[in-house]
Amino acid sequence: MSLREEQLAGLMRAAMSGDAGAYRQFLFDVTPHLRSIARNRCRAWGVAEAETEDIVQEVLLAVHLKRGTWDQSRPIGPWLAAITRNKLIDMIRRNGRHVAIPIEDVMATLQAEEPASWLPKHELENMLKRLRNKQQEIVRAISVEGISVRETAARLNMTEGAVRVSLHRALQMLAALYGSKTQ
Amino acid sequence: MKTDELIELLAHDAAPPRRFRPLFLAAIGGGTAITALSFFVLLGTRPDIAEAWETTRFLFKVVAAIVLAVAAGGLALAYGQPGVFSNRWRWLLLAVPVALFAAVFIELVTLPEKTWAVRAIGQNARHCMVLIPLLSIAPFVCAFYAMRHSAPENPGVAGATAGLAAGAIGAAFYALNCPDDSPLFVAIWYTIAIAAVSGAGYLLGRRLLRW
Repeated sequence: MSLREEQLAGLMRAAMSGDAGAYRQFLFDVTPHLRSIARNRCRAWGVAEAETEDIVQEVLLAVHLKRGTWDQSRPIGPWLAAITRNKLIDMIRRNGRHVAIPIEDVMATLQAEEPASWLPKHELENMLKRLRNKQQEIVRAISVEGISVRETAARLNMTEGAVRVSLHRALQMLAALYGSKTQ
Repeated sequence: MKTDELIELLAHDAAPPRRFRPLFLAAIGGGTAITALSFFVLLGTRPDIAEAWETTRFLFKVVAAIVLAVAAGGLALAYGQPGVFSNRWRWLLLAVPVALFAAVFIELVTLPEKTWAVRAIGQNARHCMVLIPLLSIAPFVCAFYAMRHSAPENPGVAGATAGLAAGAIGAAFYALNCPDDSPLFVAIWYTIAIAAVSGAGYLLGRRLLRW
């Protein structure tokens, strides 16, 4: 992991200094690793593999919202592993099981490559429906249609700043919805 | 939603986030400053503070509270950052009750039995239990605000630790005003007051610090 870990750390460092392109690259590069961990743990605990992609998405969202908690003077591997582990525990609690997940397990599987992509169940879709209409429109415009913040703002008659704020709040809301499911 | 689409979404929310560590340190610093201001304006130090500074008991209770605040603060900071382990702070935290225990023991051994109860009860137990929590409000609120930006593995424990730090900060200032220096008094009443603040931190942490 160490070369990969350094690459990821470098991208995240650039992202934290405002390089949006580096951040997009980070997200794409980190996803296969998160996916391989999720798949391994799902197999180990007999959880349906259809859940795997939903877990990947939940972990990505957490990594995104909490990236301010990564201390740049420390390696990024343990940080990623800890977040992944926490979300896995949340997921398992949702399914009513109690499992202890040693962090060494999670770190070891961070090394593996994972080429294939699975389709998620629709957890995120269902939660999206609980957002406000405007937030849903912004989310669909940016993610599904792939248009820019500027074009989205023009279409919805909002300022770019307002769109960004609304997007950020929508993401926080999604994380909160995941969290309330764990209750 | 496909994962690639989610990534697109996240990539558009790319503005650099608030970094937790500086935020937390600033919050603790700010909260402490507010408490200091309130303390010196509304309460003030005790009249014989100059003499008190020279006694071991007084120094002990102030230093113990400060060490507790630093250890709990360091621990809360570590708890908020995924993947950071915090043994150093745990040991420092443990040192405080150990030292207090030793101080109590020495006090009991060196003083005549009939003075124990008087010193333990003290003059101002009620003040202590009211003022320490009050003085800890500002650091508590500020620390919690910062912790909301963190990612603790156990939100309740993280909240309790932040509450412990806030309570210790309140206690450190209260100690400057409080006339009771005996470790017997401190071990009972300061502990109860700080534990109450920490307990509040635990309950609020479970609700507010989930992510």
